[in-house]
Amino acid sequence: MEAFFKEAVVPHFNFWIYVIIMMIGLWSVIAKNNLIKKLIGLSIFQTAILLLYVSLGVKEGASIPIIDHHAAERSLVGDAGAINPDLIANPVPHVLMLTAIVVGVATLGVALALCQMIYKDFGTLEEDEVLQKIKALHDDV
Amino acid sequence: MKAKIFASIAVTITGAILLYAVTDFPNFGDPRSPANAGVEGGSSSASLYYIENTYRDTKVPNLVTAILADYRGYDTLFETVVIFTAGMAIFAILRVLRNEDAPSAPDPESTNRTIDGDHHRIIVGITCRIAVPLVQIFALYVVAHGHHSPGGGFQGGVMLGASFILIALSGSLRDALARFSEASYIRLASLGILIYAGVAFLPLVFGRNFVDYGALRGLLGTEGEEMARSHGIFGVELGVAFTVMSVMFAIFANLSTRGRLKGGL
Repeated sequence: MEAFFKEAVVPHFNFWIYVIIMMIGLWSVIAKNNLIKKLIGLSIFQTAILLLYVSLGVKEGASIPIIDHHAAERSLVGDAGAINPDLIANPVPHVLMLTAIVVGVATLGVALALCQMIYKDFGTLEEDEVLQKIKALHDDV
Repeated sequence: MKAKIFASIAVTITGAILLYAVTDFPNFGDPRSPANAGVEGGSSSASLYYIENTYRDTKVPNLVTAILADYRGYDTLFETVVIFTAGMAIFAILRVLRNEDAPSAPDPESTNRTIDGDHHRIIVGITCRIAVPLVQIFALYVVAHGHHSPGGGFQGGVMLGASFILIALSGSLRDALARFSEASYIRLASLGILIYAGVAFLPLVFGRNFVDYGALRGLLGTEGEEMARSHGIFGVELGVAFTVMSVMFAIFANLSTRGRLKGGL
């Protein structure tokens, strides 16, 4: 058991955490009946993916992906060793997730707007009750 | 109950498969992992190219800003369009343009009551009135200084939007709408897309590729193409900030009043 922890869990703990958080989100999307709770689940799911990407760009002992001015100027005049990629975190996951966070907020807003309209029309946000009312509407026609 | 049992089984199986795949993943913080250094004996990672060449290409020390607005300019342009579309979707879904319950509608003043009564509004209102300009100045700094420090259009735009939401929360939505009306936030959201697409389109006029800001050298009067790229990135970030600010406030204003833009929290 201890060997399993040392070999499989500890070096990959970021992936374990992302799987666990993602499954919490997925569970609430499937199991919860209330549409707002489903949205909370989707947000948790999204957070897990943000964590996965950002953790992929981590380098041990590296700093933020902003180049020091002096090092940058030295690299321009031919000092090849001025910028050490091992000391700068991978910027690509940061770029991808930066836009994903803001887009996530905007799309969550659309989802909440749809929920408001569902509540206005059906007087409930419980999925089974909404489905029943839709079915009753169709039966009437 | 049935749904919960089914969900637990599905989640356990999916989680087990994902965790099984995790054993082949690189270790946490490994600088030699494929994402950070590329495949051994194969191609080198794009991130290494960015780290080594971004300053030479664009004179922007903040790699995230440079990649966001220059190398991945297409991606960011359409991410901004997604945000704009989300704002318009909320407008289309919620906004009540004709006031159906106009005769029986209560006086807007009486619906503006806050949860904890009026006497707390003096302290909260004055504190927020002092805080809002500071928040906005800091947000502008985050937008404009995104080349050299953490920041950029998305972050600064969200903060600008939050400053208007703060006005609405501390006073009333009417106060916020008096400063940032519906007509102006729709115009500003569109203007942001126009600025971004315009700056990205200009290089085509000079016979270069889309989003190749280096072509703006003559227009901006900079010494080299690198500085022109740096200024181009700033123009793009400004457009992003306008759109994000407007859409964030539009989402709040429409959601909190169910599309009536009256009363609210």
